[in-house]
Amino acid sequence: MKVKEMVKSGSLESSDLLVMITPLTEGEGLKLEINSIVKKQYGDRIRDIVMEVLNESELEDSLILIQDRGALDYAIKSRVETALSRIRNKEE
Amino acid sequence: MMRTTMLFAPGNNPAIVQNAGVLGADSIIFDLEDAVAQQEKDSARILVRNALINIDYGNCETTVRINSLEYSEWEEDIKEIVKGKLDGIIVPKIESVKGIKAVEKVLDKQGDIARNIFIIPLIETALGIENVFEILNSSSRIKAVLFGAEDYTADIGAKRTKKGVEIMYGRSRIVNAATAAMVEAIDTPFTDIDDFEGLKEDVQFAKDIGFSGKAVISPRHCSIVKELFSPSQEEIDYALKVINAIQKAKEEGKGVVSLDGKMIDAPIVNRANKVLKLSGLEGV
Repeated sequence: MKVKEMVKSGSLESSDLLVMITPLTEGEGLKLEINSIVKKQYGDRIRDIVMEVLNESELEDSLILIQDRGALDYAIKSRVETALSRIRNKEE
Repeated sequence: MMRTTMLFAPGNNPAIVQNAGVLGADSIIFDLEDAVAQQEKDSARILVRNALINIDYGNCETTVRINSLEYSEWEEDIKEIVKGKLDGIIVPKIESVKGIKAVEKVLDKQGDIARNIFIIPLIETALGIENVFEILNSSSRIKAVLFGAEDYTADIGAKRTKKGVEIMYGRSRIVNAATAAMVEAIDTPFTDIDDFEGLKEDVQFAKDIGFSGKAVISPRHCSIVKELFSPSQEEIDYALKVINAIQKAKEEGKGVVSLDGKMIDAPIVNRANKVLKLSGLEGV
């Protein structure tokens, strides 16, 4: 699955996160950047959750930017799922 | 269970969705309809589904207001949210039995996971009010009815006021139909979130005319609504006396029962049972 133009989900409200997925050139794979108010404590955990959802999606060659505002696991998963579903819907 | 307070929680707001279980309501209504912008319907549906899968809401009942049957999202809403720990579905703008049957069919198709999910029709149009008894009798999944006064007043062309004269007919008809169909009647929310005196008057009035609970749009309204809908100690004491008198008469083989010089008949016993149910003393 390839993203053609930037797709967003979520928000910058407290307890939420903003997910932005943009295309990279072919062969670059997936690049993940995380900005979070709790990155020091939970950066690895956020990365694991995001990657778990991404790995199930067959997304290719994309930059995934996460701006986290203290979201719980279920919200992180939800916003990434939403972004991926929006990419899928644009493909159809 | 008795639903004295049903709290609306916007379905796309994680801060509220994840904390909704500790705000003092008996039931939460995760809203996928009016509280969610059209372009965020997908996002809210996924957030609520994952919240229902992952968050423990304890003793708080979980319901979701799906999108109206006029739009395409409602079926997708049901298919997603039943994957979590969901107790019931609130269906907006129900006007006829046809709408209930459509929702029932989609729920039935989901199999075992949706077997015990109940339906609460939201009655908020003139046509819905006229058909309410038939609607409430159309499915064994229906456990309560919710009145939506904002849309109803817009539909009949009346001005919504705090006194609520314009919704008196709708309220009374809903209470009557709910009682006849043996389901709970839940009143419309009081929409001025800072007017606590107005809220108290509105809740007391709703209780006096027969509603058993009320929807709320602010967590700050929960404790007031709950307190006013809960039976007073005096009502509980009297209900216990009624039930004791009935039991004693049964043991003594008496057909006619009296308490404090007044005859106890079926409606008084029913009321006493209702009070004990509301206070969690049923079966004591």
